[in-house]
Amino acid sequence: MSNLLDVQNLWVKFPSRHGVFEAVRGVSFSLGRERLGIVGESGSGKSLTGRAILRLIRPPGQVTADRIALDGVNLMEKSEVEMRAVRGQRITMVMQDPKFSLNPVMTIGAQLIEAYRLHAKGSKAQAYAKAVETLEAVSIRDTDRVMRAYPHEMSGGMGQRIMIAMMLIPNPEILIADEPTSALDVSVQRQVLDIMDGLVKERGMGLLFISHDLNLVADFCDRVLIMYAGRIVEVCDADKLHEATHPYTRGLLNSLPRLNQPKDRLEVLKRDPAWAEAPSVSGQAG
Amino acid sequence: MLQVETLDVWFGSGRDRVDAVKGATFGVAEGESFGLVGESGSGKSTILRAITGLAPDWSGTITVDAQPLGQTRPKAFYKIVQMVFQDPYASLHPRHSVDQVLAETLGLHGFRDIDARVVKLLDDVGLGQRFRFRYPHQLSGGQRQRVAIARALAPEPRLLLLDEPTSALDVSVQAEILNLLGDLRRDRGLTYLMVSHDLSVVGHMCERLAVMKDGAIVEIMEVADLRQMKAAHPYSQSLLEASV
Repeated sequence: MSNLLDVQNLWVKFPSRHGVFEAVRGVSFSLGRERLGIVGESGSGKSLTGRAILRLIRPPGQVTADRIALDGVNLMEKSEVEMRAVRGQRITMVMQDPKFSLNPVMTIGAQLIEAYRLHAKGSKAQAYAKAVETLEAVSIRDTDRVMRAYPHEMSGGMGQRIMIAMMLIPNPEILIADEPTSALDVSVQRQVLDIMDGLVKERGMGLLFISHDLNLVADFCDRVLIMYAGRIVEVCDADKLHEATHPYTRGLLNSLPRLNQPKDRLEVLKRDPAWAEAPSVSGQAG
Repeated sequence: MLQVETLDVWFGSGRDRVDAVKGATFGVAEGESFGLVGESGSGKSTILRAITGLAPDWSGTITVDAQPLGQTRPKAFYKIVQMVFQDPYASLHPRHSVDQVLAETLGLHGFRDIDARVVKLLDDVGLGQRFRFRYPHQLSGGQRQRVAIARALAPEPRLLLLDEPTSALDVSVQAEILNLLGDLRRDRGLTYLMVSHDLSVVGHMCERLAVMKDGAIVEIMEVADLRQMKAAHPYSQSLLEASV
């Protein structure tokens, strides 16, 4: 399997008054044309990993890596101007909450058309047609009304589908989805995931799916990286997540209440300081 | 303990009127734990807000401890009923220390031995003395929710209204908070009315639950039936299937 993205020894550091805080500590993994999940608790560094790939971490935060290679080209060596041709074109990102990622004072149509025209030259009519087409690709009916509507007129599920549509316009190679469904209801969650799944398969994209929801990731991804304290503690196939062996993964799985296995008390995760010290597991495919 | 009959709650008036809750009827027995589940916008949190008096426009009858409620709540009401909110980051005053938060609540309810009670409350929620003079920004999400629970317990209520108490927390922290709530209920004989969108959390915490859709209760069922995937209403069945 060819690797779209290859990350080696990625560190994200934030200097503070009390010394340097290392949020991501030497993470290595690769992403092919697959759905790769990153799970972990808040503060485990999973979101920063996604942002660091796009070099979206602003000073004082520092990113270092041996390499972050997209199709063999090291992104770490690119200039800020060159990075702009990568962001939103070849790698795009869907954030958690559509309420904060869409422009509230622009109609959805205008935003989609802008997204298209930034990346491809073409007439307004072409851009409009392309925008309608992508809305249809994310199962939005009534596209003419949606094109004229403002973000606040949309429900959360619609908003998130629109975000996905916008991210797909430039036909990227990699989609980074940072908790794309955690602001949505379960029934809508399914729909959005099915749409993303279809698009990833159809277009042969690589998907980096960042989530705190173990069951969702087990269900939806091909491979899973489990992060703890800025490191990868375990890598496994998603369908074998429930057989995971690392005590942290086991602890997370056991702390979930289950409908079919009632118990009096839930298991509480006992953290072992050794987990944070153990070297990062490599998430390279192969 | 709590009886709600034909409760309607609405916001706005005239053309802008939104009926958030329509004809909700259910009862919670003393010592019971009752869940309200549904999607966002189904009106489950609004029911809690109507009970505490945070949603002023309502009709129907709400009876707490055999006392029907009027439009205003007497002070004694809040000695019986307390609420824990969803987001521990938003529900604590950022410039008040844990000590101030708890002492103020205790003072308002006319307790004298405030110092001893603050110590006891912190111990009861598993925080201990170290946290007494911290500010909310010095606490993690789970610790903040423990403070919010301590604050709700301060007036020694008998009915706790829990509005998605763990949905902002990590699963490992969620387990700790759910265990704490379970222990407190057992030790103090509390009654819970808990709102959640997560069926497995309600299944763990409650004995009975009501499923809500578009402001109306479509079904009231036992958790035992929920476990066996036996839901009578097609909507509850679809929720069940989506969450397993």
